[in-house]
Amino acid sequence: MSTEPILQASGLVKRYGPVTALNGVDFDLYPGEILAVIGDNGAGKSTLIKVLAGAVQPDEGEIRLDGEVVHFNSPLAARRLGIETVYQDLAMAPTLDIAANLFLGRELRRRGPLGALRMLDKPAMRRRASEALSELQIGVQSMKVAVEDLSGGQRQGVAVARAAAWGRRVVIMDEPTAALGVKETAQVVELIKRVRDRGLPVILISHDMPHVFELADRIQIMRLGRRAAVVTPKTHSMPEVVAIMTGATQAELEAMIHRD
Amino acid sequence: MAATEMMNSVQVVSARSPARRALGLLGGRATLGPFAALLLAVAFFSFESNLFLRGPNLSLILQQSVEVGTLAIGQTLIVLTAGIDLSCGLVMAFGMIVMTKLAVDNGVSPYVSILLGLGACAGFGLLNGVLVTRIKLPAFIVTLGTLNIATAIVQIYSQQQTIESPGSVLTYFGRTFALGGTTTITYGVVVMLGLFAFFGFLLSQTAWGTRIYALGSSAASTRLSGVRTDRLLVSVYVVAGLIYGVAALLLIGRTGVGDPNAGTTDNLDSITAVVLGGTSLFGGRGRLIGTLFGTLIVGVIRNGLVLMGVDSIYQILITGILVILAVSVDQLTRRRSRG
Repeated sequence: MSTEPILQASGLVKRYGPVTALNGVDFDLYPGEILAVIGDNGAGKSTLIKVLAGAVQPDEGEIRLDGEVVHFNSPLAARRLGIETVYQDLAMAPTLDIAANLFLGRELRRRGPLGALRMLDKPAMRRRASEALSELQIGVQSMKVAVEDLSGGQRQGVAVARAAAWGRRVVIMDEPTAALGVKETAQVVELIKRVRDRGLPVILISHDMPHVFELADRIQIMRLGRRAAVVTPKTHSMPEVVAIMTGATQAELEAMIHRD
Repeated sequence: MAATEMMNSVQVVSARSPARRALGLLGGRATLGPFAALLLAVAFFSFESNLFLRGPNLSLILQQSVEVGTLAIGQTLIVLTAGIDLSCGLVMAFGMIVMTKLAVDNGVSPYVSILLGLGACAGFGLLNGVLVTRIKLPAFIVTLGTLNIATAIVQIYSQQQTIESPGSVLTYFGRTFALGGTTTITYGVVVMLGLFAFFGFLLSQTAWGTRIYALGSSAASTRLSGVRTDRLLVSVYVVAGLIYGVAALLLIGRTGVGDPNAGTTDNLDSITAVVLGGTSLFGGRGRLIGTLFGTLIVGVIRNGLVLMGVDSIYQILITGILVILAVSVDQLTRRRSRG
């Protein structure tokens, strides 16, 4: 890790009334890697992700993108700087077709009749949507299919393709397989690898330890609103990671390591 | 790979075939049901009465559909966002009173009166939109409130008096032109059809339209996609208010007066037209041309039963049954899509 982190945060604090969700969290994401963020419920991982995606504003701390301090006051601000997020609940408009969903909020337009109205450039959007999907080898016959008529895996495929197509710097995936079956989960896991292989760094939030260990280059373990540790699948076993996550003592950890 | 490319190109070709294109103009599969129902009603009444299919009668059906049809355009926009507007008929009545009273009682230029009336209706739309987005009240409750406010203002402002002879400018859209033979069409009908075409275009061909569908389909997703949903929603209510203002002008043309008791059942009639046209009350699904079919279905049944000498109460009965049928179809379609 000789290169500079692409996305970096230090001392992030977020309080909700008496509850401190983030208690001075640090964070580094390096180019081309998949960084998994894991933690128990309430450990602060989803608040951290929301802060990085611009959906929540921190009370303290700073975020640097390519070394420069940035302030995201909305998801739109983060997206404008090339940070795209795939949400757990498949954030798409189900009755719109694939192309419309890929370009929702960023529609391609062309001059309409009388030059007054700017019409949607539907052919161009369909063509580019089709390119974005085939680049990630997502098999869908037509860009005119409504998203609600796709399978869960295909839908998540479209969501990932949208993030990969627009994300110039970082793609955040919040529990991307939580709503999927076994086979579809495997497809999305492959998809995440392809996104990384295209050079986009990925932040992956997941509960699924086997997938975290299969995908992640590094694992950031959150505990009690702080970064408890950053490990790699090579140096730490799954039980060790779970132990850190759930707050095993140093002695317990050492005992576990020596047993191996 | 080559095989899939070929398959893709085959699909593209078939998508552009004349039959598919015609279907697309009628609103695609979504409005096939309403269109078939309209054809069925027309066929039935043609058999039952030899007066039905005559030009003047068809023209009459269109004329009588003008205000509900126009209101239903605004109603469709709002229903597509998963909202509903109970105030539309009385907002129209308010616009009607403002336009005629200013011109007749206050001697304001009719053109200025029209603009102020349109502005008053757009103002009501703005009020609805702001209440729905800022205070986050359900559209049903907001527009129930503004329905009552508009009802009261109309009665107070008009002093419950009908405003007579508003002049030739305000009644312009009630004029007719010959369409061949004894058939004449009012300019009001042309305006209504023009509005259907214009807003149909906006809904299907512009980003504003796509975002309205997206908003009704999933407001949270649309917000996360970077669309300013509050602003969009307010714009929909304001535009709908403006459309109600146009409906007011068309109604002045048709009736030739400013009527303080106008529009009292038009809110439900416009919702009926929207629902019969296949637009989902849950938002995000529907075509504006379906609303035109829905408006005409009601118009045709009303007219046809009168020609058959059937009591008009049966028209209400049939409309009621059709509404429940249409909503059931919508519910079943949605359930299948989710499953």
